[in-house]
Amino acid sequence: MTRLWLIQICYFVVAVLFILGLKAMASPVSARRGIIWAGLGMLLATVVTFFTPEMRNVLLIIVALAIGGGAAWWSGKVVKMTDMPQMVAIYNGMGGGAAAAIAALEFARGEIHGPVVTTLATLGALIGAVSFAGSCVAWAKLQGVMQKAFRLPAQNAVNVVLGLVTVGFGIAIITSAQIAPGAIIAFFLLALVLGAVITLPIGGADMPVVISLFNAFTGLAVGFEGYVLGNPALIIAGIVVGAAGTLLTQLMAKAMNRPITNILFQPISGAAQAGGAIEGTMKEVSGLDAASMMRYAQKVIIVPGYGMAVAGAQHKVWEMTQLLEEAGVEVKFAIHPVAGRMPGHMNVLLAEAGVPYDKIFDLEEINAEFPLADVALVIGANDVVNPVARTDKSSPIYGMPILDADRAQNVIVVKRGKGAGYSGIENALFFEDNCRMLYGSAQQAIAEVITHVKEMAG
Amino acid sequence: MEGISALYIFMLAAITGYEVISRVPVILHTPLMSGSNFVHGVVLVGAMVALGSADPNEPLQLVIGFVAVLLGAANAAGGYVVTERMLAMFKSGAKGGAK
Repeated sequence: MTRLWLIQICYFVVAVLFILGLKAMASPVSARRGIIWAGLGMLLATVVTFFTPEMRNVLLIIVALAIGGGAAWWSGKVVKMTDMPQMVAIYNGMGGGAAAAIAALEFARGEIHGPVVTTLATLGALIGAVSFAGSCVAWAKLQGVMQKAFRLPAQNAVNVVLGLVTVGFGIAIITSAQIAPGAIIAFFLLALVLGAVITLPIGGADMPVVISLFNAFTGLAVGFEGYVLGNPALIIAGIVVGAAGTLLTQLMAKAMNRPITNILFQPISGAAQAGGAIEGTMKEVSGLDAASMMRYAQKVIIVPGYGMAVAGAQHKVWEMTQLLEEAGVEVKFAIHPVAGRMPGHMNVLLAEAGVPYDKIFDLEEINAEFPLADVALVIGANDVVNPVARTDKSSPIYGMPILDADRAQNVIVVKRGKGAGYSGIENALFFEDNCRMLYGSAQQAIAEVITHVKEMAG
Repeated sequence: MEGISALYIFMLAAITGYEVISRVPVILHTPLMSGSNFVHGVVLVGAMVALGSADPNEPLQLVIGFVAVLLGAANAAGGYVVTERMLAMFKSGAKGGAK
């Protein structure tokens, strides 16, 4: 009895550590401390659970712990910062899968009794399985294993029918007195297919919002399975994350001015043909001209995008920035809320290169400054500076807040080739009179600019 | 965890989650998503309890439980490492700014 009581006290401490940890993570000053508190909570929870009375299969548990934990620890250590979003997606999916597997195990044991518990178990299983399959698809897309966006014919109808059938099986499980194993298997398989099918057509800038949504889903699933197992640590951690994740998803969707329903049911990609034709031509600029434009400017605003990060050019960009500043040029960085693959991802990547905070500005802070800038340097960014989002109602990205790079005196765009961006939408900025294209990979183009800037100094 | 008290816990936990996250600067969205992803890794505990009470003579139960613990452990371990790495960088980034 005392032992059970002690275990419960420990779970209570765990819940407190999680909440305080999350709270600390919400501020840059205390963020590091926050993850360590939460980590201690997790360690305590895991150790204490081994002392649960009548634990069986302990060896099996240890083996699974070692394999799963070890593999994830290693992959998390070696992954590149640019690939962070898909790693978050895949770890999150595994949590959802674990929640669904718990439900499956409890069904198999025949330990689920009463309509409330059965409903919670089924709901958690559904949400967890959808999150698992969806996150796997999200990972495959971001990793480039899978084609970016794949739209089924009558996609929305397929989603709805599949969803209804799955829920139908779920209701059958909840209402039937004796649960047929066949129905349970069909339910789990359908939930997995549903998660994959929902995620297939989503691509481009919408992906981070979907990952965040699945994160909230997994939280909820964990919370529901916590009720099934009667474990308060799971309930509290799961529901807290479910609510926090929902809010985070809303914040991200708001930053893109796209309601979540649009993201799920009217994906941007595939609609690339929409939008009026753009007139004009793209004008090329040499590395030398680009260098002199910036070297003799008063103010330069750099708009970095995912293309810069993929090319690993952030260190070169920072080197160029320092050279320009030595020459008396004022340089600022403008970050779009969804630059990179997740909100804040670009800040992480620039921080890695050593760019100080006070040079990095949000969309609201910097947009008014573009008309005052002599040069806006766009590196590997595309949709976030596309002026059609302001002007063209027929464009799929109409209404998305953008960085007003086109309002700078001159715009230099560093770009690999003439193709359209990640979302496949033609960018009107590239055809503007004040815009020049600097072709090449970000790494090589910026290196060239650096060389020329150095020559001018000498 | 019976009846109405479960409902109270649900409500209070949901409000806590909402409050903890509101007014977070954009720069922390990614680490925070990763951090909350780590916190629901506590599903590992549930998976351990579930496998711990599975019947050792039922291979199906053991397999499902094994998968549950495996996935839960991956969620917790991976989530921690990735979040810690991101936040550690923020610290060094701040130092770079002070130079």
